[in-house]
Amino acid sequence: MNAQLRLVVVGHVDHGKSTVIGRLLHDTGNLPDGKLEELQNACRRRGVPFEWSFVLDALQSERDQAVTIDTTRIWMRTPGRDIVLIDAPGHKEFLRNMVTGASDADAALLVVDAHDGVSEQTRRHALLLELLGLERVVVAVNKMDRVGYSAARFSEIRAELGALLERIGIVPAGFVPTAAREGANVAHAAADTMPWYDGETLLGALSALPPSARRDGGALRIAVQGVIRRDLERVIVGRIESGTLAVGRPVAISPSRHTARVAAIVSWPARQRVEAHAGESVALTLDAPLFVDRGDVLSDAARPPALSDTFRARLLWLGARPLRAGDAYRMRFGTRTAQVEVARVDRVFDIETLHSEAGDGVRSSDVAEIVLASPELLPLDRAVEHPGLGRFILLDGLDIVAGGTVLEVLPARAHVSRDLVPVAHTVDGEARARRNGHRGAVLWFTGLPASGKSTIAMAVERRLFERGFATYVLDGDNVRAGLCRDLGFSAADRRENIRRVGEVAALFADAGTIVLAAFISPYRADRAEARRAAGSAFHEVFVKADAALCERRDPKGHYKKARAGELPDFTGVTGEYEEPVDPELVLDSGALSPEEAVEAVLAYVDARAIAFARSGVS
Amino acid sequence: MDLLDDLEARSVAILREAYFRVAPLCMLWSMGKDSTALLWLARKAFLGTVPFPVVLLDTDMELPEVYHFRDELATAWQLNLHNEPCPPESTIDPTLPPATRAAARKTAGLRALIAREGYRGILVGIRRDEQSTRAKERVFSPRMPDGSWDVKHQPAELWDVYHTDVADGHHLRIHPLLDWTEIDIWKYTERERIPIVPLYLARDGRRYRSLGEKNITVPIQSQASSIAEIIAELETTRAPERAGRLMDHETEDAFERLRTGGYM
Repeated sequence: MNAQLRLVVVGHVDHGKSTVIGRLLHDTGNLPDGKLEELQNACRRRGVPFEWSFVLDALQSERDQAVTIDTTRIWMRTPGRDIVLIDAPGHKEFLRNMVTGASDADAALLVVDAHDGVSEQTRRHALLLELLGLERVVVAVNKMDRVGYSAARFSEIRAELGALLERIGIVPAGFVPTAAREGANVAHAAADTMPWYDGETLLGALSALPPSARRDGGALRIAVQGVIRRDLERVIVGRIESGTLAVGRPVAISPSRHTARVAAIVSWPARQRVEAHAGESVALTLDAPLFVDRGDVLSDAARPPALSDTFRARLLWLGARPLRAGDAYRMRFGTRTAQVEVARVDRVFDIETLHSEAGDGVRSSDVAEIVLASPELLPLDRAVEHPGLGRFILLDGLDIVAGGTVLEVLPARAHVSRDLVPVAHTVDGEARARRNGHRGAVLWFTGLPASGKSTIAMAVERRLFERGFATYVLDGDNVRAGLCRDLGFSAADRRENIRRVGEVAALFADAGTIVLAAFISPYRADRAEARRAAGSAFHEVFVKADAALCERRDPKGHYKKARAGELPDFTGVTGEYEEPVDPELVLDSGALSPEEAVEAVLAYVDARAIAFARSGVS
Repeated sequence: MDLLDDLEARSVAILREAYFRVAPLCMLWSMGKDSTALLWLARKAFLGTVPFPVVLLDTDMELPEVYHFRDELATAWQLNLHNEPCPPESTIDPTLPPATRAAARKTAGLRALIAREGYRGILVGIRRDEQSTRAKERVFSPRMPDGSWDVKHQPAELWDVYHTDVADGHHLRIHPLLDWTEIDIWKYTERERIPIVPLYLARDGRRYRSLGEKNITVPIQSQASSIAEIIAELETTRAPERAGRLMDHETEDAFERLRTGGYM
């Protein structure tokens, strides 16, 4: 089996990308029987001359409008290697589809019209190839028939585009003059029309591209996809982005920075393995009962990713509204999702010159360099070192609005002063936090009756207290006796109960205490009220448990009474429970033991820089 | 790591992303070579078990050998198998050409299944090299509440950072096999010794290259009676894989209409 090359074909609209592909396929015998006739018929029906682009432009709307809308791909066998051709639209309007195709490629073919020359999307696509990490680029100077096969015109474009590519850090593997419509220099040399050219044909140049380098070298990185329970084992699964996974070797989990050794590499069908390499999807166990969760990064213990809340990035903006400093988005990278805010916009690339310039508003299709900041410490790698972890997307609601790469990890900010609501006290939140060694916070445990909220909250308090933290548990027992003794269990009273608890918790947090509030708090609106009271110090912890399981547990006999009709509006029986939409932390009691749930909360406290002075990263 | 190892690792990673990000989730299984290979990959991803329901959209038109294969494998692999009967052809859009209309019964069956079970993720074993509208697919491909595919407004999908959130009522079609080709599937099936329906192997000079329902699929001329011979045949053939699928060839836009309407 020869090495496969995924090749994306990019360039300005109407410079002939699809024609180059159609011709490559035809001249190498890669079109299936009947395809040519099918295309001829499709063209005839529309009353247009034969279009090679119909090979790829399969959608009715693409054929009717003679424009590539979405990326597609087609397989091609050549004597040298198998090539997966990825066609990418050249219209600015379909840029998201172009980057979709290009982000999956190993190398690129940039097509430029010899007559029209370097155009807007030629430059933009070149810039995006760099952003996407594509270093191997071949240039086809196409439609040479339109310029009388002029050697001088070819040299002129080669010089101009070569200089442009060099400016953004791309060294092209070759320039080939082609006339794709007639097949000149595509798969066969055009000695008759371009005798002055003695280089490779396009096919030759593509076949000569070196295969992708494996990323076995470098430090180990696995973005943890999740944990599978098997018998009594917790098996960590993920794909090795780089480095080598070896049984017995010490590894670190980030952001918690706990370490353990690899106990086993697990596979099915069962197979004894001591090592696994970059690119493999693996399953493994550790020799210590660490809490590991989706989104964590597993690395060599000695070479973990940086931990910070701030980094500089280059991104392609796809959002309809401009991106500006202060905007907040969700970021997905590796297997993690985090909240981020645009701390500042440094530079925006001018698509005419490919120079970057100071700017603030980033408009759709712009490439920009910005600084992003998160409220939590994130495991971060630069994309040049670990492409698999240094790349991210930004989400605005449900829409994907940007793709980008981490250029530089910046020092973590002090969290304290900006996260606490400013109050006119002489002793401010920062001073309190410095003395306590942690920030004040509200960890709000919500879930069904008997889901384990109070048990977990009490155990977390004990552990934090042992670390010298100022902590306090608020639960039904201690607030109903005093603060809320005037309240009953009607819907209105329950709402008022939660409102008061939310306000009290916020005051405790402001005073520097970590409050562990354990309340069923069944309504989203009430929890949102509590979140408003505490601001960014509020952390919603959803104790997720199967309703039937809770009812079986029923330590206080409440479910039994509710079933007997003695407790009206009892959540989980006759009252509704509204699950959190986007809680900061989910504790799934179906998947986690109580001890593991406690560890998860502690890891969260460390990761969110609540315990900033003791996490070793402030 | 060779090409098959790489394809396997990608597919396993996609299956795990689907499982950890999208719930409730199920997988469609037509008992064909592709979805059977996908089942095998799921067993690899989850260490021997398939942790979600496996659904057959049943038109009652599969060949007897296919039903037999289903029953045997479901038992041997301990699958959580669900047989979803598809609505009759009389309920399907009468403007579709006949074979396309027959095929669209599966779309209707899937729509009913999703409406009833509330699935947010459907794993489907389609490949990009099969058919030119499938070549345009995303790995995590959002669908409208009625199951339709808004092919002109697909979201960006960058690297392997998959966007797995959809609005309430919408769902995702998840396609772990998009990068595989027909020949890759056969080489992998041979290497891993994955069971296949015997109809793929030639008997009396004919075999099914693409296995669909009996009313809309025809076998091809072939002497390939083992997987090795199938691979050798594919190395040289210039006939497209789905030549025997009647619904692909009725009109130029038939398959696109089928797929934008929610077909797999």
